[in-house]
Amino acid sequence: MTYRTDLPVMLPVKRPEAEPFLGLKLWHMLPIALIAIIGPSLAFAQSSADGQTPFGILLNWAPLLLKGFIFNLVISVSAMALGTVGGAILGLGQISLFAPTRHGSWFVTQFFRNAPWLVLLFFAMFLLPFEINVFGLKIPFPDWFKAILGLSLPVMANVSEIVRGAVRSLPSGQWEAAESLAYTRLQTLWLIILPQCVKRMLPPWMNLYSILTMATVLASIVGVNEVMTLTGQALASEGGRPDLLAPFYGFVLLLFFVYCYPIAKFTVWLEKKYAVIT
Amino acid sequence: MEFVFDWFRTLYQETGINLPFLYDEYDRNRMIGGFLTTIWLSLVCLFFSVIIGVIGAWLQGSSFKWTRRIVNGYIQLFRNTPPLVQLYFFYFAIGTLLPRVENDWGGQSPILGSFAWAAISLSFFAGAFNVEIFRSGIEAVPKSTVEAAEALGFSKLQIYRDITLPLAFRVVLPALNNNLVNLVKTTTLAYAIAVPEMLYEANQIWSDNVNVTEMMIFLLLAYFALVGVLVSGMNRWERAMKIPGYG
Repeated sequence: MTYRTDLPVMLPVKRPEAEPFLGLKLWHMLPIALIAIIGPSLAFAQSSADGQTPFGILLNWAPLLLKGFIFNLVISVSAMALGTVGGAILGLGQISLFAPTRHGSWFVTQFFRNAPWLVLLFFAMFLLPFEINVFGLKIPFPDWFKAILGLSLPVMANVSEIVRGAVRSLPSGQWEAAESLAYTRLQTLWLIILPQCVKRMLPPWMNLYSILTMATVLASIVGVNEVMTLTGQALASEGGRPDLLAPFYGFVLLLFFVYCYPIAKFTVWLEKKYAVIT
Repeated sequence: MEFVFDWFRTLYQETGINLPFLYDEYDRNRMIGGFLTTIWLSLVCLFFSVIIGVIGAWLQGSSFKWTRRIVNGYIQLFRNTPPLVQLYFFYFAIGTLLPRVENDWGGQSPILGSFAWAAISLSFFAGAFNVEIFRSGIEAVPKSTVEAAEALGFSKLQIYRDITLPLAFRVVLPALNNNLVNLVKTTTLAYAIAVPEMLYEANQIWSDNVNVTEMMIFLLLAYFALVGVLVSGMNRWERAMKIPGYG
């Protein structure tokens, strides 16, 4: 939003446009990704002794790796959903008027925010039972579900901070105006404060999602069958050839980049759109 | 000290709460070694990531289009890919391409060990964030200050080193703190390439003693304390560096 005026006033400073990645537009990523994977495999089609180039082998494994990557995305979406619900409750607890709730929520938030993601993941993996008994009914607790729980813990703490920050960032006049109109505290929160917070929370929330997506590979360390585990297995089944390492790990890097870069771009765009002109 | 160690041994015998790194000398040395490795790795990464941030931010202000583009490409690449995959890529893909050297026992070993690769990879990862952080700080320095320095005959490098950076540094300290705390937490990833840091050693101990719960809780508290010390230290520094009447 820019103001048009011919009065001799200071105009708002225009933020310089962020340079696009190597001067490329967003949609350019797709053809580049395709060229990067297919191109070399065509160019070196008959260079290896057994007729299989590293990129040819990668192409054979690509469907499996893509399936693993989709599993990563499933983990990230579920952990985000769980973490957002938990974090919203915890964040509202942090602005509670009841001191024990406030201090308790603050402590839980700080604790899970300051612990490394990997340690929390180990925590969930090893300390949760592999199945639980509910009235004689055995509910299995598979690895991937424990991974989702373990990843949702730090997400919860971060969402809690985002909620608290957003509520605190609103001018106190909003609270006072609502009070003077005889809204109860619950009504004020639900009808006035939170709807305004959603806009402010969206960019950091999406940032967090992108961080979480990148953290889902941690699940490979604790043995969930996601893209990193599958990559390791694919490399092992090809006999651990050193010339395969760079293309395979590069492929995984590329997958995440293609997924996370548009999210990052969109977040920056949202931030600009919702920026408050001061 | 012996008294304390004996107390924990008795605690194990009486209650079953097993904390072997407090009474067993071998486990204690492992744990202390892991703790020191974590701190050393954190310090090395802190240092190099800040250096990368400062140099990157300076290059981003360069008048050459391609320098800016390359720095931007580096930032976007490292920010949008998982640090664990970066670590694997560095350690397995690039590490195997490098020449091997003869070690003390006459065998062949890679020129860079797992610790060095962890330090390199994590520094680049955190450095990408630091470049953005420093750039935002440099943008916050008023143009007139830079112009005043130019009028006094400072060269471009001098302006950056003596005028812009010291001012920007104070503006970005909170954001930098945040990133450095994240970096300390990210050092746990080095576990994946068998750097003997705290998580790795704790894993070794709980594999030997089957006391996962106790080690886990200790580990969480240890990282909590480590991050707490870093945060309080940085907050003190932030207060000491504050520009009076600014922000």
